[in-house]
Formats: sequence, C-alpha cells, structure tokens
Amino acid sequence: MISQTFTIINPTGFHVRPTKTFVQLASSFPCKITLHCNGKKANGKSSLSMLTLGLTTNSEVLLETDGDQEQEALKALGEVLTSLHD
Amino acid sequence: MNTTTYKGIGASPGIAIANAIVIHDEVFIPEAIQAKDKEASWERVQQAFTAAEQDIQTIYEHTKAKLGDKKAEIFEGHLMILDDPDLLEGIQASIEEDGYEAEYALHATAQQFISILSEMDDEILRERATDVKDITNRIMSHLRGVKHIDLSSLQEECIIVARDLTPSDTALLDVNYVKGFVTAMGSRTSHSAIMARSLEIPAIVGAGEAVMSIETGVTLIINTDQQEVIVQPDSSVLEEMTSKQQMFIQHKEQLAKLVNQPTISKDGSQVELAANIGKLEDIDRAISLGAEGIGLFRSEFLYMGKTSLPTEEEQYSSYRYALQKMGTKPVVIRTLDIGGDKELPYLSLPKEDNPFLGLRALRFCLVNQDLFRTQLRALLRASVHGNLKIMFPMIAVLEELLQAKQILAEEKQKLIDEDIAVNDHIEVGMMVEIPSVAVSADLFAPHVDFFSIGTNDLIQYTMAADRMNETLAYLYQPLHPSILRLVKMVIDAANKEGKWVGMCGEMAGDSLAAPLLLGIGLHEFSMSASSILSTKEQLMNLNKTEWTTHAEHAMTLAQSEQIVQYVQLHLTSNE
Repeated sequence: MISQTFTIINPTGFHVRPTKTFVQLASSFPCKITLHCNGKKANGKSSLSMLTLGLTTNSEVLLETDGDQEQEALKALGEVLTSLHD
Repeated sequence: MNTTTYKGIGASPGIAIANAIVIHDEVFIPEAIQAKDKEASWERVQQAFTAAEQDIQTIYEHTKAKLGDKKAEIFEGHLMILDDPDLLEGIQASIEEDGYEAEYALHATAQQFISILSEMDDEILRERATDVKDITNRIMSHLRGVKHIDLSSLQEECIIVARDLTPSDTALLDVNYVKGFVTAMGSRTSHSAIMARSLEIPAIVGAGEAVMSIETGVTLIINTDQQEVIVQPDSSVLEEMTSKQQMFIQHKEQLAKLVNQPTISKDGSQVELAANIGKLEDIDRAISLGAEGIGLFRSEFLYMGKTSLPTEEEQYSSYRYALQKMGTKPVVIRTLDIGGDKELPYLSLPKEDNPFLGLRALRFCLVNQDLFRTQLRALLRASVHGNLKIMFPMIAVLEELLQAKQILAEEKQKLIDEDIAVNDHIEVGMMVEIPSVAVSADLFAPHVDFFSIGTNDLIQYTMAADRMNETLAYLYQPLHPSILRLVKMVIDAANKEGKWVGMCGEMAGDSLAAPLLLGIGLHEFSMSASSILSTKEQLMNLNKTEWTTHAEHAMTLAQSEQIVQYVQLHLTSNE
C-alpha cells in the first residue's frame, strides 16, 4: 500500500464533473483506491462516497492505493486531483 | 377574497400571472420489513435501477436538445449515481446480510448519503443531496410501480408551487404552459433556480414552508422585482401587474436582440462593451449577456480566500480557461491588485496608516518580485490560448511602468529560452487611477498599448476622500468636471498615439455617465455583465457628435449636480 497527499486546486471545488473523471479513471485500475480527508475516508471508485468527503478548493487529500498497479494508479489519480477544472 | 403575499428569493427575473398547481410530494418512507425472498428483492432492485436509467437517459437527451450540453450534465451526474458501486453494494448488503425488503434497503442506503451531503458547508455539494433524493425517488417509484409526477404533460397555463423541484422535474417543465414556479426551499444557486434562469421563466425560491398551503387553482402573481408571490390578488393589483409584465416582456425582447449586435451610435461610431469579472464562473454569463470581451479580469480572486499563494500552475490553468472560453475576444487581465481595502491574511502585511496611499497593487508587486514573476510567467504561458492583454494597476510614475515592463520582458525571455511558447502579440497596458498619470497621460502613452481608467480609485484620489468613509460619501462624484476633464486628457493623449482607452469602473455602466463618455470618445466600456445590454441599448440610441458637444459643455459646469441635471435634460429630449 502506498499513499501521497495532494491539494485540490480547482477554483470551483471538486464537484460532479471532476468526481466523474476521477471515478472513471479509478475504476480502470484493479487496486483498491481510498481517499482520506478531514478524518473521513472514501472509496475512490464511488462518486457518492467521494462527494461525502466535501472536497473543496485547497482541501488536502491523502490518496492511498493498495494492490495491483498501485504505483501507476497513485501517479495518474494524483495528477487528476491537482489538475482538474470544472 | 384574501390576498396573501409570500416573500422569497427572486431566482429568475420577471413577472408571471397564472393559476397555481401545487405539487404535494408526499415522501414515501418504507417500513423496515424483512424480505420474504431475498433473491427476488435484489432482482427487483436491479430492475428498478435499469428502468430509472432508461428514464434518465431520456431526460438527458431531452435536456441536451432543449437546453444544451452544460445543463444536461446534471443528468450525467444522475447516471453516475445509478452506476455507483457503493450505493448498489450497500443496498445488496442490506438485503442479503440484514434481510431487509428492497424498498427499505434502498431508502436506508440512500439516506446515509443524503444525510451526509445535506450537511455539507459547500452549497454546491449540499445540492448533490437533492440529486441523490431525486434519483432515489425515481428508483423507488419503479420499485413500487407508482408513476412519477409528469410535469411535461400539463395542458393549461400555470405556476407550479412545490416544496422543491428536482432537476428532472425542472428539465421536463413545458414552458408553453409553465409560466413560473415557486418553491418553499432553495437558494439562488439551487438547481431549480439555475434551471429557471436558463428556461427564462420567473421564479421565486426559498419562500418558506407556508407556500405549501396555497391551493391549486387560485391566481398567483410572481413579481421578482419585489421578490414576492401574491396569492389571490385583487383586480387593481392584477391590472397593474399585467401591464408591468407586458412592459417587462417587451423590454426584454428588445434587449435580447442586441446580444450579438455591435454597439454603434446613431451616427456610426462603434465602441466595445466588455465585462468585469471576479471569478471564472462569471464568464459564461458575460458571454450570454453580450460581452464583447473581458475588460477587467480581477486576478485577486485567485489569491483571496486561501491560506497560501496560488502556484504558477494554478494561475496558468485559470488564465488559460478564461482565454479559451473567450476565444478570439480580448481578455484584459489585471496583475495582482492587493492592499488598500483588499488584504491577504497569509502574507501578513504590515498595517499602514493610509493603506490606500500605501504599498498596494503594482507597488507591492515590485517589492515582492517573486510573487509578481510567478504571475507573469503564468500569464505569458497562458497567452498562447487566446487574446490576452496584460494590465498593470496603480501606476503613479513612469519608472514603475518601465520596471514592470522590464520584468515582464525578462520572464518572457526566460520562457523562450526554456522553449515554452509565448504569444508574440500581447498588448500591455496600465490602469489610470492616479491623477499624476491622467494629467501626464501623453508621457505614458508611447509606452503602453492601452489605458484603462479605474474610476473608483481615480475619483477617490482626485477628491482626496476615502470612499469607505460615509461622511465623505458626497465627494464620490463621477460626474464632477474634474473627473470628466481627466478622462478627456487620457483619451486625447491616447488618440494622439493611436492607442485605445477603456474604462473598468462603475462609471462605465452608469446611465448618466455613459453618454458623456461616448461623447468624450471612450473606446471600451467595461462593467458588470448585468449592465451590458441596457448600456448597449442606451448607446445605440445616442448621437456621438451631439454628446461630444454636450460633454464639452458639461465640463464647463462647476458642480456635479449641474452636470447631472444637464445630462438628464438632454437624455429626456433624446427620447
């Protein structure tokens, strides 16, 4: 299992569209993908679960990947978290 | 007959008069009963999901055709929820492990998400609870074999009254019959409010639970000017509102025709009308309201409400977004204008006795060059994505402008050395906010591509009166001869050098100032998007030559009040 912290920069927060992009990419990886933020955690393959984290601009997120292709998943999803635009 | 009035939030402007149709959405709360046959229960859930998905697909296509891709995205969100592994697995576990019947399993699982989302601080995230409720109700209807209320098959004109309208309800509203709506819940940014604005039907939202006591069939008036709903109006109110409604509709039709028209005065002079924006979300609205460019992009918003400075990447992507959105239309981005009344807590700037006369805007950037250079790099990198113009605020003396330009040139060269593409034709301009610049604009003009007059500060500095001081409010006089004369000096100096002049203060959209500014020869008027169409309408009805004469005369009058009266007199005689 590996993890890294990222900051959401999307000026309008992290809403439906960014979540959709994230979940679609997360679902393409075989490993388990978990996000931690403000003491809550969410399944990175579930948009509902992600929305309950309440990610907004400047939220710090710990992204954790566990299993096959965890390295690739962490890199690709980290980029999505820090580059998305709504 | 008893007239009652309810106050709410005017979410979409206009006046609507029609009979009420009240939708009482009794919420179905299933009992926690055990499933007779777990397998059959799970089977029913899956079927209900499939049926709901077909519904949403239809609504999605319908919305896309009627309101465009952007509005249809809401339903992509719904499809995403239907496809959500945590929702489905939660329901499955509730049936298979806890043994609950399908309806309760759905209700309990969805409720977990709804309750978390509805307590979010972020309003947009809170609205997602509505999406989950909406989709859950739809699945529930299919599970129970109950038909969803169909707002698309109304047969007479009406105003819908509901606790809240779900996105799928609003998407299906037939605007030939639905003249407006009133909701008990909601805010200006709720789905129903946004939908009302795109459908261009008047709406009052957040009017409170009491509106649910309105009876179907009674006459309602929605008057968003007063932010109210009038129930059972008497004949005099009805008459008054009917004529107001007609005037509103006529005027709106006239204004809407102007969106894509150039702003040309009666005698053939063209000016550009642009929008001032403070955040990226304002761009779409600016375009739809006829902005021919962004005359002032306040880059401060990228720095404010944060805990640290925005990175170069972050800025780059915001600038790129704005430039791409505007295509070939100009986007004037003002470099960081901080200080004065705008603070950045994380920079912990020292307190100044006179912050408006202090280390602010470009002065601050020249002292804190790292931050300035980061912004310039982000701007330069974004420049290849559109028609960027860079503007420096708060310049008092030529040295400041030359130094800023020098730093810009250095950053540009660095990028070129790094093989990073930069647009070669970026216009560089400055704001005219300090009288020293206005009175010697001829000395600055050779060094810039354009001027933009920032009237709020220019007035404050010319009158030496803090605009935050209420006792001195009388000194905020945009139509004072000294201000008009300064504006004229700037425009004359620019014209001699073949440069253009814009104005990005409140004054540009002021219906008393705009005619004089046209007369003095202002090239670009930049204002809040909501003022653009009415300003456009006004300018198109004026004769520039006449107003040049009027402006010359106005500048000889000694007091603002006299100028105001003079303008009013000539505007009335114009009608």
